[in-house]
Amino acid sequence: MQQDNVVIVGAGQAGAELAASLRSLGYLGQITLLGREAQYPYSRPPLSKAYLLGHCGTADLLIRDASMYAQQGVTVRLSVEVDCIDRDAKTVSLKDGETIAYSDLVLATGGSPRRLPNPELANALNVFYIRTLEDVDRLRQRFHSGIRLAIVGGGYIGLEIASVARRAGLEVTLIEATNRVLARVTCPPVSDFFQRIHAEEGVQIKLQSTVSEYVTDAGGDVSALVLGDGERLDVDILVVGIGLIPNTSLAEQAGLGVDNGILVDDYLRTPDPHIYAIGDVARFPDTLSGTLRRIESVPNAAEQARTLAATLLGTPTRFMCIPWFWSDQYDVKMQVVGLSAPDDEVVVRGDVSEGRKLTVYYLRKGVLSAADVVGSPADFAVAKKLIANGAVVDPVLLADPNSNPRSFLKAG
Amino acid sequence: MAKVVFVHPDGRREEHEGSDGQSVMRVATSNLVSGIIGECGGDLSCATCHVFVDAAWAQSVPTKTAAEDDMLAVTAEEPTEFSRLCCQIYCGRETDGIVIHIPRIQR
Ligand SMILES: Cc1cc2nc3c(=O)[nH]c(=O)nc-3n(C[C@H](O)[C@H](O)[C@H](O)COP(=O)(O)OP(=O)(O)OC[C@H]3O[C@@H](n4cnc5c(N)ncnc54)[C@H](O)[C@@H]3O)c2cc1C
Ligand code: FES
Repeated sequence: MQQDNVVIVGAGQAGAELAASLRSLGYLGQITLLGREAQYPYSRPPLSKAYLLGHCGTADLLIRDASMYAQQGVTVRLSVEVDCIDRDAKTVSLKDGETIAYSDLVLATGGSPRRLPNPELANALNVFYIRTLEDVDRLRQRFHSGIRLAIVGGGYIGLEIASVARRAGLEVTLIEATNRVLARVTCPPVSDFFQRIHAEEGVQIKLQSTVSEYVTDAGGDVSALVLGDGERLDVDILVVGIGLIPNTSLAEQAGLGVDNGILVDDYLRTPDPHIYAIGDVARFPDTLSGTLRRIESVPNAAEQARTLAATLLGTPTRFMCIPWFWSDQYDVKMQVVGLSAPDDEVVVRGDVSEGRKLTVYYLRKGVLSAADVVGSPADFAVAKKLIANGAVVDPVLLADPNSNPRSFLKAG
Repeated sequence: MAKVVFVHPDGRREEHEGSDGQSVMRVATSNLVSGIIGECGGDLSCATCHVFVDAAWAQSVPTKTAAEDDMLAVTAEEPTEFSRLCCQIYCGRETDGIVIHIPRIQR
């Protein structure tokens, strides 16, 4: 008989957490963690925050000490790419042809930045996408005071890069195609709030703006952008943050269901009883909203890993979790909890046009579904509990700046 | 290198070594110490690294920043005067041998 071997493809946040959780829960079989990158699993959030600012080093990024894996008997293979899955033989093969047998296979392959399709940018060395340590190390070499930076995309990554860039003294222009930043993830008042903060910090924000031409120099680097309205913007470097494409090709080749992510059930299982998917790449049924969701966040990746570890150890466990996320920009910390829907009622507590604190609640049929909290961990803590309790809350009370959020807990 | 002593809610103790400058949270997660999660990786965003510093060591750790103090509102277990977020406590000569009590709940 063959020995148990849980093979994890992707040595990122979810993969690392799964390996550790399996051991914490007492799994005694073999664990093999396969990763394309050269580094032991590291945290990505600091890449667009403290690490880019130079406030922490690579050792601080490691999710766990490199020595943990050997101590716990986890085989880690770095700089290897899994090329295909043979579901009948229950093996994966690496680029170099080596095959590895699995008893259970977990796809934790994350995603890759969506790229600009423009062929004229093919040889540009000053266009940056932000996903890996390598990406950010390259960017860091060009991140100097006075450098003219253009950012395409007003999502979290673009805004965090803009904040760090201003701190480092770069000149920043941010180009966003829709009529507000963070349009995909939050409501208009929160977008207004962040647009104001970035403007106060000296970022030029161009909304409803697209690039109609990338002008390149003799070496192939971008030297200027021509915007849709004809404006020409000279640039030294360009950062592109226009979303993530889940790394689904392995699953697709293996004939597993793929649709903007690897499709799994609420136990994070694919239809193959020995193959699972977790983290940024997994699209799962969200019991709260009744829809399929794919969530790109550290807490989601970690919680899915912990849930799956329990299942792999013989206690089938449904993934049910209230998602949360955070973002740091300048001196402002934003914490988001729950999942809002576009037709939720929005209640604003605080002043969008002033200061650096704001709490926005989302209500669905009177029940708190989500909250975006800026600069107020206490409000975040309360919102988290209210959402977990399925609390019905009075919108008038929520909006009243003199009410104490802690009192909602008793009322709800 | 510095020693960190973790005391579990049931009284069980475990000792681990951390390198100088490493946070107590990393020492815990790198040794699979149960009850310390450190979900945000030390970015003061999650409060899942909540601990109680042993009274005898309370003077040996640097005082909290305002940001840490704010985040103590988010802990799962009710904070006390000894509560700290251990991603903000670092190994070093001052903290060699520090005794850290792990709360009953972390999330
Ligand atoms: C700059 C930045 C800032 C962020 N900030 C925050 C934040 O503040 N808060 C938050 O909650 N989240 C944040 N995130 C998101 C968070 O980092 C991700 O949600 C998390 O890393 C997802 O974990 P994962 O394991 O699913 O994917 P990843 O961490 O991306 O790991 C997947 C790994 O799989 C490898 N891989 C893929 N295919 C193969 C293959 N065929 N063979 C071998 N290896 C393979 C990849 O190379 C990668 O290393 C941020 C992300 C970035 C990039
Ligand atoms: S690890 Fe998140 S606050 Fe300490």
